[in-house]
Amino acid sequence: MAYFLIRRVFWAIFLFFVATLITYIIFFVIPTDPAQIACGTHCTAGLIAHIRKSLHLDLPIYQQYWLFIWNLLRHQSLGYSFQNGASVRWLIGQDAPVTASLVFGGAIFWLTISIPIGILSALKPRSILDRAAMIFVLVGISAPAVWIGLILIYVIGYKLGWTPLGNYCSIVPSSTAGGCSGPAEWAYHLILPWMTFMFLFAALYVRLIRANVMETMSEDYVRTARAKGASASRVLFQHVLRNSMLPVVTILGMDIGLALGGAVFTETVFQMRGLGSQLVSSALADDLPVVVGIVVFACLAVILFNFFVDVAYAWLDPRIRLST
Amino acid sequence: MALLEVNDLQTRFRTDDGIVKAVSGVSFSLEKGETLGVVGESGSGKSVTFLTVMGLVDMRHAQVEGSVRFDGQEILGASSSSLQKIRGSRIGMIFQDPMTSLNPVKRIGWQLEEAVLLHNDVTHAEARRRSVEILQEVEIPRADARIDDYPHQFSGGMRQRVMIAMALINKPEVLIADEPTTALDVTTQAQILRLMRKLQDEHEMAIVMITHDLGVVAELANDVLVMYGGRVVEQAQVDHLFAKPEMPYTWGLLGSLPRLNVTSERLEQIPGQPPSLLHPPKGCSFNPRCAYVFDRCRQELPELAAGAVGDEHRFRCHLPDEERARIWEAKKAALAAEGSAA
Repeated sequence: MAYFLIRRVFWAIFLFFVATLITYIIFFVIPTDPAQIACGTHCTAGLIAHIRKSLHLDLPIYQQYWLFIWNLLRHQSLGYSFQNGASVRWLIGQDAPVTASLVFGGAIFWLTISIPIGILSALKPRSILDRAAMIFVLVGISAPAVWIGLILIYVIGYKLGWTPLGNYCSIVPSSTAGGCSGPAEWAYHLILPWMTFMFLFAALYVRLIRANVMETMSEDYVRTARAKGASASRVLFQHVLRNSMLPVVTILGMDIGLALGGAVFTETVFQMRGLGSQLVSSALADDLPVVVGIVVFACLAVILFNFFVDVAYAWLDPRIRLST
Repeated sequence: MALLEVNDLQTRFRTDDGIVKAVSGVSFSLEKGETLGVVGESGSGKSVTFLTVMGLVDMRHAQVEGSVRFDGQEILGASSSSLQKIRGSRIGMIFQDPMTSLNPVKRIGWQLEEAVLLHNDVTHAEARRRSVEILQEVEIPRADARIDDYPHQFSGGMRQRVMIAMALINKPEVLIADEPTTALDVTTQAQILRLMRKLQDEHEMAIVMITHDLGVVAELANDVLVMYGGRVVEQAQVDHLFAKPEMPYTWGLLGSLPRLNVTSERLEQIPGQPPSLLHPPKGCSFNPRCAYVFDRCRQELPELAAGAVGDEHRFRCHLPDEERARIWEAKKAALAAEGSAA
């Protein structure tokens, strides 16, 4: 297990360098002049040259990358926004909790819905529940996030008035006047975005879990367990579930990255200031340090999450853990 | 009263293409301490017969009729809780493929202990003690250490020993072994068979040995069922069967058996394919492949009728007795000639 962990850590570090290098090159190689943007509309040639020097844009790319990595490692700094000079790290610190609440809360929401439905429809294929789940799946796969979000806002938020229409409330209680905060308000405001994620992903997961459970049920070792005299529920919980969840864990690792992308739409629909909407507005304003910073942060988050998934996978499956 | 008595067992599976008649009218009985050999090609219904006996066929798709009496009790269609009490405790079962028959994410010890704890009101420590003991009995070296390994850390032969250990840990009265040695190499095969016989002697256990290896049957069995197309086509004591097989299919099986004293270049084989269980042939199910087929075989299914030695030896064949005797003598002579020529 120790060997496995060390190997995974090195692999994660390597991935981080590859991902940052690529995004760095992509964003600094595109034909816009960051100095021009930072300078603004009333600008002289001398000023641009000065800014170019202070942003180190006069250096070759590899040196710029090295400076970027150096600042990141030495000062934990991602640079400053061209638009308003705010620290990128501070901006991400502001926006990341919103996106994290959306994505991880959403993941918990879609898993709690899809695991039981997936299992039940695997146990009773072609039953009414199974067929209903199939319709649910088709809607979820075909509908875009924005549309689902708007429908939910209209029906549940506006017509029924059960939930707020949007906005994000911090989970940490604070007494700022006019603001909302605290875990209860936080969750209350997030119900609709979570449901949007649920519709988008639960559908796929129901199918995935159903297929995996059915496949595991026909494994030889499940027959062995039944031949031992284990009851149906014991067979399901002790022998089928863990084995059938293995592929689900892998896909979940991949989908969290996908959900970070999906957050762009969800945040827009629900007017939440998260990384997704920040990324969009910064990209539109050619604010490159912020865009690079968010991409780096997202890479880091995905790498980190995949690392957790790998560890979870190894913990679930001794064949991975014990192979060298 | 026989320990296990099966009467007119039928198993049908509903599929999208129609009804598969996997088992049709199988009857046999098994006494305490006896070994019943069940032979036949793949798809002859031998495994399904015993999965049905154990109540392990998927009842959503299967239709089961007939009677299975175990120790005087009808167990066919019994409640799942009463079947669970019998399975793994009074009837143990070993499956063909040891590589896939153990749960890959659970330790060997956990899987053995589960078998103990499901049927006995004992502590974990006691279950573990029994598990180590049974692993030693099936000759796993360093059993007390290996018990904490996972299945993938064991070789195929070792896993099959674990399967046997798991089936035997509660000292069942009947052990159903479904091709327990097919996936193993010859040396391991011999060890496993020796082990099963030793355990049979010690526990007075009855064994059902499902196999397509007639050598294994000759070595272990008292009685033999020959199955073909979901039916019993010949049923006899092992000596009778090998001395004078009566059914052309059995002749084919015996002809395809490699013998040490015969160095013939090529093994005889039964031409053609096993019958479709979805659309079985009319009449005798072996008729499309039988070398001695005549009109009646294509019209009428022969009864499983007693032969010259009486009820001890029954078979399905329309050939007249004299004809059959003549063919068998000729075959035997040919086999013997081949043997002496070598």
